[in-house]
Amino acid sequence: MSYQIVNELKTEEKAMRDVYAATLADLARKDDKVVSLDADLMNSVGLVPVAKEFPDRVIDCGIQEANMFGTAAGMSAVGMIPFVHTFACFASRRIADQVFVSGAFAKANVRIIGSDPGITAAFNGATHMPFEDIGIMRGIPEVTVIEPTDAVMLEDIVRQTKEQKGIFYIRMSRKNAIQVYQKNSSFEIGKAALIKEGTDVTLFASGICVAESMKAAEQLAEEGISAEVINVFTIKPIDVDSIVASVAKTGAAVTAENHNVINGLGSAVSEVLAENQPVPLERIGVKDRFGEVGSVDYLRETMKMTAKDIVQAAKKAISRKGV
Amino acid sequence: MMKQEEYKAFATDIRIATLEALKDLGFGHIGGAMSSTDLFAVLYGGVMNIDPKNPDWEERDYFVMSKGHAGPGLYTTLAMKGYFPMEELKTINTNGTRLPSHCDRNNTPGIDMSTGSLGQGMSTAIGIAHGLKIQDKDNYTYLLIGDGECDEGQIWEGALYAPQQKLDHLIAFVDYNKQQLDGYTKDIMDLGDLKQKFADFGWYSLEVDGHDTDAIAAAIELAKTNVGKPTMIILNTVKGKDCTFAEGVLYNHHMTFTKEECETAINLLKAQKKAGNVK
Repeated sequence: MSYQIVNELKTEEKAMRDVYAATLADLARKDDKVVSLDADLMNSVGLVPVAKEFPDRVIDCGIQEANMFGTAAGMSAVGMIPFVHTFACFASRRIADQVFVSGAFAKANVRIIGSDPGITAAFNGATHMPFEDIGIMRGIPEVTVIEPTDAVMLEDIVRQTKEQKGIFYIRMSRKNAIQVYQKNSSFEIGKAALIKEGTDVTLFASGICVAESMKAAEQLAEEGISAEVINVFTIKPIDVDSIVASVAKTGAAVTAENHNVINGLGSAVSEVLAENQPVPLERIGVKDRFGEVGSVDYLRETMKMTAKDIVQAAKKAISRKGV
Repeated sequence: MMKQEEYKAFATDIRIATLEALKDLGFGHIGGAMSSTDLFAVLYGGVMNIDPKNPDWEERDYFVMSKGHAGPGLYTTLAMKGYFPMEELKTINTNGTRLPSHCDRNNTPGIDMSTGSLGQGMSTAIGIAHGLKIQDKDNYTYLLIGDGECDEGQIWEGALYAPQQKLDHLIAFVDYNKQQLDGYTKDIMDLGDLKQKFADFGWYSLEVDGHDTDAIAAAIELAKTNVGKPTMIILNTVKGKDCTFAEGVLYNHHMTFTKEECETAINLLKAQKKAGNVK
C-alpha cells in the first residue's frame, strides 16, 4: 500500500463509471480471459464502446441478474475472469442466493460491481437505493466487500481483483467522486488507509463519507479536537489491527457510511471494538429506513450524513469517554 | 462406447449400488436419483469424454447436475467409473463425508459444479459452455434439470440466454418424471408441453423415453449434429424407477426406508439384470 492524500478536496474530472469502463477495456486488451457481463445497464456504466471492441467478451445478458451471475460463475470454472455489473440493489438483493451457492460456496471467481450505492442512486429513489447490500454480502462466507473511495482507488482495486481469485463485491458510485488520493496511489485489500492522524477520536469512514469525515476533522480541529481519519474501504475482511490500534490511542470512535447503520461499516467496526477494545462509538449512516428521490446533497442532509453530523457524533463519542 | 445392453446393465448396477449405499442410512432422495439413472449410465458409460483418474482434465466434457439432490445416484456412477473407491459410497450423508446430499464440486472428485439451490445449475452450465465457446474449445457441457425445478424463474432466464448466445455445445436434459416434492407437477405447477416450450425459446428440442438408454444415446448423437442452438432433451421418466418401494409412490422425493425394503428392491433389480433387463 502506497498512497498520498490530496492537498485540497475537489471533485474528480472523470466519472467513476468512465474510469471503470476504461480500466476494464485495458484489462480486456491485455488478457483474453477477461469477460464482462451486464444486465441491460451497459450504457449506464460506459461499457457500450468496450462491447464494440470486444463483442464476444462484453456481454449484455438482458434484464436477468440471477442468470448473469450464475453464467459468470460457470465461466470462471473454465478459466475465464468475469466482471459483472448491475445497480447495487440488484447486484445484492436479487442475487444473494446465487452469490452464496454458485459463487462463494462453489469457490467461483467473480467480481461484482454494484453501482449507485445508497444515496448516490438519487433520483431513482427508494427501490433503487440500497442501504443493505453490504449487509447481504458480508453475511456470505468468503466474500470480499470493497467500497472504493475515488476513481484513483477504483482503478487500482479493479486491477488488483483481476489478479486475485474469489468473490469480490465492489460497491461503486458511478458519478464523479471527490478525489481523496493522489494519482498512482496503491492500496492493499483488507487493510484500512490512514488519512489523518489524531488523538481524541477516530472517524472510520467509507465511500462518499470519507470526504465528509475529512471535512469534519478540519472543523473539529478548529475547535481544538484532534480527530484521526481512517478510510475503511474493505468492509470485509475488516482490518482489525488498524481499528484496534487507533482507538487504543484515541479512546472514542465514529463510523460514517452511505448504508444502513445495521449490518454495514458501523456494525463491522462495533463488532471489532466490542471484542477487542470497547470504546464509545457513534454511528453515522442511514437509520434503518428506506430511501427517497432527491439530490445527493438533499439526501445527505435528510439522512444526517453531513460533515456537521459527523462533528456532532464525534463530540458525543468523546463526551462518553470514561462515563 | 457401450452397446445398448451394456448401458442397461450399467444403469441397473448403478441402481443396485445406490440402494446398497443408502441401505444402512435408511433415508435419501430416492425418487429423483432413480429417474435419472439411465441418463447417468449413458453419459458416463461412453458419451462423455472424461478421465476418472484426472477429474480436473481441461479437455473433458462437463456435467452439471442442477437437480443437485440426486447426488447419491451420481456418486454411485462416479465411484463405478473409478473417481473414488466404491467403499466410500457408504459415507453418503454421514458426518464428515465427501459425498453430501447435494453436489459440491470442492468436495467430491468428478463433480463439476456445486448445486442444490434449484435453477442455479442451469446458469452455471451455460457459463461453462459459453466460457468454452469464447475460448474456441470443442468440449461438450451436459446439464440435467428437474421438472419441478422448471418452476424456477432462473431456468427461463437461462432458456432465453443460451439460444441468444448460440451455445450449440450445451446439451441439456429435463428429468420429466411428473412429480415434485409436494405431489404431481400437473397439480402444483403444470409444465404442459416442455418440448414445445423450449423449442419456442429457441432450443433444438427433443423428447425421448428417459429409461431407454439407446434412445437417449441416439438423441445426444442428434444433438451433436445440430449447429447454432443449444439442445434440450426431454426425458420422459418415472420417479423412483425400478425401485420397488419408491416407484409409483406419491411422496418419493426424499424418503425413509427399512433395510428389508431396500434388500427386496435390490434383489428384484438383480433378478431383472439376470433376466436380461427389461425397459
